[in-house]
Amino acid sequence: MTRYLIRRAILVVPVLFGVSVAVFLMLRLIPGDVVDVILGTEGSASPERMAQLRAMFGLDRPFHEQYLSWIGGLLTGDLGKSIRTSRPILPDILTRLPVTLQLTAMAMGLSLCFALPLGVLSAVRRHTRSDLWIRVLGLIGLSIPNFWLATMMILAASTYARGILPTSGFTPMSQDVLGNVRSLLLPSIALAVANMAILMRMTRSSMLEVLRQEYVTTARSKGLVERAVVYRHALRNALIPVATIAGVQIGYLLGGAIIVEQIFALPGVGTLILNGIMQRDYPVVQAGVLFVSACFVMVNLAVDVLYAYLDPRIHYG
Amino acid sequence: MAESTSTQAANPPVAGTAAPVLPSVRKVRRNDTLRRLAKNELAVAGGIILALVMLAAIFAPYLSPEDPLEMNPTLLLQPPSAAYLLGTDEFGRDILSRVIWGARISLYVGAISVTIAVLVGVTLGLIAGYFGGLIDDLIARVLDVVFAFPTILLALGIVGMLGPSLTNTMIAIGIVYTPVYARLARATTLAVKERDFVDAAIVCGANSFRIILRHILPNVAAPLIIQTSLSLSLAILAEASLSFLGLGTQPPDPSWGTMVNTGQRLIELSPWPVVFPGLAIVLAVLAFNLIGDGLRDALDPRMRS
Repeated sequence: MTRYLIRRAILVVPVLFGVSVAVFLMLRLIPGDVVDVILGTEGSASPERMAQLRAMFGLDRPFHEQYLSWIGGLLTGDLGKSIRTSRPILPDILTRLPVTLQLTAMAMGLSLCFALPLGVLSAVRRHTRSDLWIRVLGLIGLSIPNFWLATMMILAASTYARGILPTSGFTPMSQDVLGNVRSLLLPSIALAVANMAILMRMTRSSMLEVLRQEYVTTARSKGLVERAVVYRHALRNALIPVATIAGVQIGYLLGGAIIVEQIFALPGVGTLILNGIMQRDYPVVQAGVLFVSACFVMVNLAVDVLYAYLDPRIHYG
Repeated sequence: MAESTSTQAANPPVAGTAAPVLPSVRKVRRNDTLRRLAKNELAVAGGIILALVMLAAIFAPYLSPEDPLEMNPTLLLQPPSAAYLLGTDEFGRDILSRVIWGARISLYVGAISVTIAVLVGVTLGLIAGYFGGLIDDLIARVLDVVFAFPTILLALGIVGMLGPSLTNTMIAIGIVYTPVYARLARATTLAVKERDFVDAAIVCGANSFRIILRHILPNVAAPLIIQTSLSLSLAILAEASLSFLGLGTQPPDPSWGTMVNTGQRLIELSPWPVVFPGLAIVLAVLAFNLIGDGLRDALDPRMRS
């Protein structure tokens, strides 16, 4: 087991390295370079000033040196400074990350609460009217853009349910636990719907697969009530692929959180990245993208480890 | 939403289990697939919706009652009426006309970006799967890195750096969905290349290029078709999301995402500029999802009884 875990953890290193190179290279996609962008907004610039700024960003040095000094800074906790505010980026990200992670976690929790029972119901009653309805609802859920759903929810909440749920802003948990959950409730529903649909569809097809297995027939033939067959024997095994998909879906939720945060004015990493893009504050965008992606890679690692515990069939050779 | 496809790609229906594709067999199989598809009510519903969206896109100049860009300062934010079926927006532009023209942008972006992803992804996947070894490892590592980013985040990053525009949006979405196709093509290639008809082709002296193109690619087609339908739905959503954030289609062009974005600022005055473009997105995406589901049921050998 330990050996498996170590091997799995080592596999993360090249991926993280690749992610850092990709994010570093992103900066090279800018037409011209960062200095052109900054000076472009400041008006006319002398060649000396440009050279001075290029030296400040290290753009006059060879490529690999630039990367090494950037990654060196990263590893010592220095993500650089914002071009716009000159403030160090890391503290900003660290105060915002919990908001994004909490939003993601709440959305995943909500999704699972609805997806699992509905998926099981749909599978158990396959080819009936309720199965058809659940499947159609799932497909519609899959097709609703989260930003539109969020906007419609804000409209509904501010017209018909004024004051019941906040439609913008964030209450920290340290201030008011209930208020904290309330401030994230609408955003997490908007984020959860598509994910819920995906997990429900996965639960359904996985259940259908498992219900065909021989051990389910065995369980039935030894006289177990259907309830026990479905929940004790079938669901447990059907959940394994669902858990894998749920892990992958966290990446989708983290990405979606960026959009949803913006709509509900939540102070998460997403709004930081988006503001960075709008203000052409490239180091902030770089750091934000890197951080969220790194979170995603680590979450996937965690899911894999969890999976190894859950599924006795996996050998940890 | 993006990751939903990668999950489907992780478990591709292996079409390679079918016999080497002879013309007559191919024809029979195609008819078979179509018949199965026609029996699936949900897929038929999807087909009808898609046909409507495509008609709107193709015949936009003839179908739209007004010029989608023409402003009318005397008719701002009108609710739906006989003259303006879906109302007007904050510049007095006809929402119905803008929604019809929006279909054109959505389908266009979807088609181009998915084409980029298919061409690049399938080529990489075929090469990786067929040659294996070092090339395979190299391609796999690069794809792992692209997969390590949440899709919309990567698209945002690319567009953010390249600058907001329709072209950059298509490039970004194309890049983001490339790995799905590469993995799908690679997995199927691995399964197909061990089969006897490939050995037979080698013995006959066919070169690698010919074998990949003539003998392997046709067998990769079925899972690719299913994936493409789902990718189109995701690409339309991605374009709408990027445009909603102001990074995709630029105003005044009528993209559904852009319309929701500009409309939401005045939503308390009039919800219509937000409601209708949003419904249009839902319908277009739903159409591709319905068809994709139907195709999977019809083409996936495991679903046949």
